[in-house]
Amino acid sequence: MNPAFQGLITIIIGVGGCIAYFYLSNQFLDKVLYPAKGPKAGQNINKANMIRPWLFLFPAMFALGLYLAYPVFETLRLSLTDRDQGGAFVGLANYNQMFGEPKFWEALRNNLLWLIVVPAASTAFGLLAAQLTDRIKWGSVAKSLIFMPMAISFVGAGVIFKLVYETRPADQNQIGILNAVWLNFDGGIGSFLMLQLLPTIILLCFAGIVAYVGWIFVRPIAESRQNGGGAGFVPLRLFVGAGALYLVYLSISSLIGVFTFDYPYGEPQTWLTIPFWNSFLLMVVLIWIQTGFAMVILSAALRGIPEETIEAAIVDGANPFQVFFKIKVPQIMGTIVVVWTTITITVLKVFDIVFAMTNGQWETQVLANYMFDKLFRANDWGVGSAAAIVIMIMVSPILIWNVHNARKEMK
Amino acid sequence: MDNIAGSKSSLGWAVNISVVLLVALWVFPTFGLLVSSFRTADQISGSGWWAALFPSEQTERYRVADPDDNRIERDGLFVVEGNLFEEGTAVGEIQSWGTSSRDVSAYQAGETADLGDGETFTVDSDGNYVWSGNDEQISGRGQRAFVTAISPPEFTVRNYDNILFSGGPGDNMAKAFFNTLTVTIPATIIPIVVAAFAAYALAWMDFPGRALLIAAVVGLLVVPLQLALIPLLKLHVDIGIGKGYLGAWLAHTGFGLPLAIYLLRNYMVGLPRDIIENAKVDGATDFQIFTKIILPLSFPALASFAIFQFLWTWNDLLVAKVFLIDATGQTTVMTDQIVNLLGTRGGNWEILATAAFVSIAVPLCVFFAMQKYLVRGLLAGSVK
Repeated sequence: MNPAFQGLITIIIGVGGCIAYFYLSNQFLDKVLYPAKGPKAGQNINKANMIRPWLFLFPAMFALGLYLAYPVFETLRLSLTDRDQGGAFVGLANYNQMFGEPKFWEALRNNLLWLIVVPAASTAFGLLAAQLTDRIKWGSVAKSLIFMPMAISFVGAGVIFKLVYETRPADQNQIGILNAVWLNFDGGIGSFLMLQLLPTIILLCFAGIVAYVGWIFVRPIAESRQNGGGAGFVPLRLFVGAGALYLVYLSISSLIGVFTFDYPYGEPQTWLTIPFWNSFLLMVVLIWIQTGFAMVILSAALRGIPEETIEAAIVDGANPFQVFFKIKVPQIMGTIVVVWTTITITVLKVFDIVFAMTNGQWETQVLANYMFDKLFRANDWGVGSAAAIVIMIMVSPILIWNVHNARKEMK
Repeated sequence: MDNIAGSKSSLGWAVNISVVLLVALWVFPTFGLLVSSFRTADQISGSGWWAALFPSEQTERYRVADPDDNRIERDGLFVVEGNLFEEGTAVGEIQSWGTSSRDVSAYQAGETADLGDGETFTVDSDGNYVWSGNDEQISGRGQRAFVTAISPPEFTVRNYDNILFSGGPGDNMAKAFFNTLTVTIPATIIPIVVAAFAAYALAWMDFPGRALLIAAVVGLLVVPLQLALIPLLKLHVDIGIGKGYLGAWLAHTGFGLPLAIYLLRNYMVGLPRDIIENAKVDGATDFQIFTKIILPLSFPALASFAIFQFLWTWNDLLVAKVFLIDATGQTTVMTDQIVNLLGTRGGNWEILATAAFVSIAVPLCVFFAMQKYLVRGLLAGSVK
C-alpha cells in the first residue's frame, strides 16, 4: 500500500477513532451506565461526573504511561541486565564496563562542557539581542531573522556549519568562511586584538561571572556563621562554590595558554579535527539555534518590566548599563533561569549535531551519541541503557525543580 | 524604553550597528548554503560562495581558428576572423587581453596589437578577433590570446532539478521528501486530538489527583527521549509493529503529548470561567462544552502546538532512525538521507547544499508564515 495513502487512512482512523471514542464513551456513561433520569437521577449524575474526567484523560494517560513513564523503569531494568545472557540480571556490571571505557569519560566531559557553554552563551546572546532589538525600529525584522534557525533541523544546521568549517588545501581558494577569515590573520596587530585580547576579555568576564555566582551561593553560609542562623542546602552550596572555584582556575590557567600558544598563521585548518576545540565548534551550532529561543522569551520578559522602576533609576542618574544590569536583569532573573534550564535539557539530549558532523570522532563524543553508538552499532543494550540512565540522572534535578515550581504555581 | 528621553539618541547608532552585526552573523551561514545551492560544482570548489555575489574576473587562454583552414585573402593580406569563444561559452565581457603569458593584459578590449612586420591582432569586448598579416605570418598554429573577462554572477537551478527530479537514487530526495511528509502529518494531528481532551479535563474538571497528574505531565516534559528508545523498540517488535510508519507515528504522538497537554491546559485554564458555567447552567454536557466552546476558543494554542510538533517531527532524526528506517531503506526521511550524503558525498557541496535546503525550505516557510503562533506557544510552553 502506498505510504501516503496509509498515512491518510491513519489520520482518519486516528482522529475519527479518538472522537468516536470520546463521544461514544460519554454517551455510554450518560445513557446506559448512569442515566440522568429515574429515581436515582441525582446520584447518577454525580457518579457520571466522577468517572467522566477519566474518560477524557484515558487515551493521553495511556500513551504517556506507555511511551514515557514505562520506558524510564524498563530502561533502568535493562541497564542491570545483559542481552547476550538472555536478559540475565548482572547487577552493576554494565555500569562498571561503561566507567572503564575512555570514550564514556570523554563523552561525559564533553557533555559537561556543553552544559556550561551552550546555555550560558545562548542566554547571554539572547539577552543581548532582546535588549538591543527592543530599542530599534526594525527590531521585529531583526528578531525574526535571529529566531529563524529555530526552524532549521539540527542536521540542516550541521550541513550549514560544515560548509562554514570546510577546508581546502593551502594552494586552493578556501570555500569555508572560517578558513577564509583565518588566512587573513598574519600575527600582526589585528591578530593580537582578535586572537589574544578578545579571548582574554571573554575569559576574564566568564571568570568574573562564575566567581560572582559562586559567591552568591556560598555567602549565606558565611553570613549564617556570624548570625548563628542556619543556611539551607549547605552541601549543595559548597558543591556549587567548589565548582565555581574550579572553573575560575580553569579560565585563569587558559589565559596563559592564550598568550603562549603558537598560532599556525597562514595554514588552512581542518577545524573539526582539532581535539578539544572542535567541541566548541559543534557547540556554536546549538548556540546559533537556541539564541533565538532565549531572545524571544527574554524579550517578552523585558517588556513586562514595570516602566516606573526604569524611570526612577534614570531620574536617579543611572546610565544605560546600570539600568540594564542593576534594574532589568534582577527583575527577569526568574525568566533567565527558565531559559537556562530549558536550554540545558536540549543540550543533554543533543544527538543530531554530533552524529551528523563528526559522529563522535576526534574527541567530540557526547552521551546521547555514545548511547546511540552502543545501541545500534555495538548492539549492547545493557551499556546503552546505562548511558541513557546517566542522561536521566543529569536531567532529574531540573525535572524535580520544574515539578516543584509547577506545584507551587498551582497553589 | 522608547519613551524615555535621552536613552535612545545617545546610543542609537551603536545599537543599530550592533544589531546589524548580530543579524548578519546569524543569517550568514544559512545564506551561504542558499547561495551555494545555486552554483555549479566547479564554481563552488573554485571560490567561496561570497565571491559568487560579485562579478568575477577570470583570465583564460584561447587560440584563434587554424589559419591554414580559415584564412581568407583580403587586400593582399591574409585575415583570420572569428570569435574566441565557442558558441554559448562566453565567460563575460572582455576587459583586457594579451598575446603572451607574461603580460596577459597588455591591451584593452578593441585595441589592435602590432605584432611586427605588419602583423596585427585585434580583440573586441565580445571576443571577436581579427588577425591579419602576410602569407607566412598567418600560417602554422593559430595566434594565442590571453583574455581577462569580467563575468557577471552566475547561478543555476540545475542542482534542484537534480535533487528533486532527475538525480540518481542516492541523490534524489523526492522519495524522502514524501516519506517525511507521510511521517509528519499524522504525527502532528493525532497528538492534538488526544491532548485536547486530556487538557480540558485537567483544566476544567474536578477530580481527585488532578494536581498530581499535572505535576506528572510537567515532569514527563523533560524526560529524555533516549530512555524510550530500547524499551519501545522492543515493544514494537514484540507486538508486531516492527519498524515502520505506524511505529514512528505512535512514538511521535507519545513524545509530543506532554508538551501538547501542558500548552493546551495552560491556555484553557485562562479561558473565562463565566462562559463555561453559563453553558453548564444551560444544560450543556462536558462533551458539548468541549467541542462547541473550548476547542474553537483554543485555536491559538492548538496552532502553537501544531507548529512545534510539525517542526519537531519534520526535523527529527533520532526517532526516524530508531523506529522508522529499516534495512531496506525504503522509508528513509530527508534528515537521514542528508546524513548519508554527508558520508558518501562529503565534498560535493552542490548536492549537500541543495539537499539541505530542500529539507529546510518547508519548515522555514511554516516558520515565517506562522511565527506569531510559534512565539505565543514558546511563551506559554516554557515552564514558569
